[in-house]
Amino acid sequence: MAAHAAPVEFALPQVLTYPAPTPPILVAQGAEGRLYKTTYITPSLPCALKYRSPKQYRHPILDARLTKARIQAEAKVLDRCCREGVPVPAVYALDATAGWLAMEWVDGVPVRQGINVWLGDRPEDDAISDAEVADETPLVDLMKRIGDAVGALHRTGVIHGDLTTSNMMLLPWADGQSNGASSEDGEKKKAVGGDVILIDFGLATQSVTDEDRAVDLYVLERAFASTHPRAERLFTHVLEAYKQTFKKAPSVIRKLEDVRMRGRKKSMLG
Amino acid sequence: MDTTKKKRRIALGCEGSANKLGIGIIAHDPETNEPTVLSNVRHTFVSPPGTGFLPKDTAQHHRAFFVRVAKQALANAGVRPSELDCICYTRGPGMGAPLTSVAVAARTLALLWDKELVGVNHCVGHIEMGRAITGAANPVVLYVSGGNTQVIAYAEQRYRIFGEALDIAVGNCLDRFARTLEISNDPAPGYNIEQLAKKGGRVLLDLPYAVKGMDCSFSGILTRADELAAMMKAGGKGPDGETFTQADLCFSLQETVFAMLVEITERAMAHVGSNQVLIVGGVGCNERLQEMMGAMAAERGGSVYATDERFCIDNGIMIAHAGLLAYETGFKTPLEESTCTQRFRTDEVFVKWRK
Repeated sequence: MAAHAAPVEFALPQVLTYPAPTPPILVAQGAEGRLYKTTYITPSLPCALKYRSPKQYRHPILDARLTKARIQAEAKVLDRCCREGVPVPAVYALDATAGWLAMEWVDGVPVRQGINVWLGDRPEDDAISDAEVADETPLVDLMKRIGDAVGALHRTGVIHGDLTTSNMMLLPWADGQSNGASSEDGEKKKAVGGDVILIDFGLATQSVTDEDRAVDLYVLERAFASTHPRAERLFTHVLEAYKQTFKKAPSVIRKLEDVRMRGRKKSMLG
Repeated sequence: MDTTKKKRRIALGCEGSANKLGIGIIAHDPETNEPTVLSNVRHTFVSPPGTGFLPKDTAQHHRAFFVRVAKQALANAGVRPSELDCICYTRGPGMGAPLTSVAVAARTLALLWDKELVGVNHCVGHIEMGRAITGAANPVVLYVSGGNTQVIAYAEQRYRIFGEALDIAVGNCLDRFARTLEISNDPAPGYNIEQLAKKGGRVLLDLPYAVKGMDCSFSGILTRADELAAMMKAGGKGPDGETFTQADLCFSLQETVFAMLVEITERAMAHVGSNQVLIVGGVGCNERLQEMMGAMAAERGGSVYATDERFCIDNGIMIAHAGLLAYETGFKTPLEESTCTQRFRTDEVFVKWRK
């Protein structure tokens, strides 16, 4: 009975209507905003432009206030991460009032995709066994790099707010080191190789409490388990590496135990 | 009287989790399962302006009116007690004392007429009635009332909560602000805020906006709105030197909290990939909320489903409907287990009647 989802044509943000060497490409569309790939800012180098379009349902004053505050907050967080060596895209330019933020284009694939290539068509009930958890496979190495990245993020006092394997990119290493003998093996190895870059800080906040950090980890743990059930056991390597990178990790991990126990659920009053 | 081969199934539902006492009678067609509302009677306990409804007084109200409302419901439906299949009642969530008094009354009816009892989750009642009335097959549900604020979607036999209020419910925020302004609670504080808000809108006052992922929080907004109301009463001006009225306050409060609700609903819709949204619960009657939700849904190429006050506001018919759905799958509540509880999460209910 509901109207069928008609292909909605989105109006470009004004900045993308100006002449550029290549036309903008709509890469992703979420509830928050839209992501374009464009060469408007730097002709020789593509960049990622995040646009928070005006929400028709919202009062215009409120909408303008929120859009501006959110673009500014995201830019501030990215800038802080960049300065402190957390692997995130660099900010190129922004216009908070117009609602856009241009960032470094990460030329890679989401970690989710890399892990799925590695796992291949491994059947559901053939989950990674205890023996394999101890193996030093390239996938385990990727888990450690994820832990390192999140550890570095928390060390700078930033909470991502939406950590998933879709919000992490794999920036491929320069070739030459990982070319294995058998091609299929090499492909798989390549799929989980590369530097881990954290992206999409639309829900990020700045905080240094164990509680916030633990909830951030919990969100990742839950997302990981539901996205990659077969590799669920490898998550312990993420936490191990997190401990190595981040000095205050032990108290966060203790808090994580509490968070796991209560979930995100509260018992409610009528 | 009923001469068809297969008898239609009839349930009586008793609701009293807050200040509304509602009794309704529903029939399900034996062939099509189509629900028909036979009667839907409600009596509301209205407290004086500036006050809320206390559990003790509300329970007393429900006890005093139960027999009258029940008789009226039977008379309107033209149904004799012997024709009923089961008696449904609200197990929770809600206020303890009112829930208990209605549960006692429902037990009494079950014993008196020798019927099975069915305990119903109040939130599931709202969702099922909303689906039945609007025909929305599998929507994202925004459940907003005086006690609850949840964004819900169905998956694998349960109504799963994707987002919710972390502190007070949105309806509670509105009700309490109505108390601050000492406006009437008749017919409902939220309704009177809505009417006042229509006269406001010259200025939009700055209130906190507290959305965290798919969750949100309202207590800080209430505190700020109360502060602004105190400034106004003292004859002062706003933080930016502007003058404002009660109507402007109501307008700003509505615009802010509804924008938050629409935002978390949109996020849930994007998350589960749905473009239908159903609004249920007392706050769902608010036409401004419906309008904003409609604008969001249209942007996503979808549509919004809402019901009117007969079904949005707490009522007995939704308890009868959800209870009868469960009863048809073989569910019943034995007398010795026919308790009620203030805390009863929507996702605790095993939804056997849906695929």
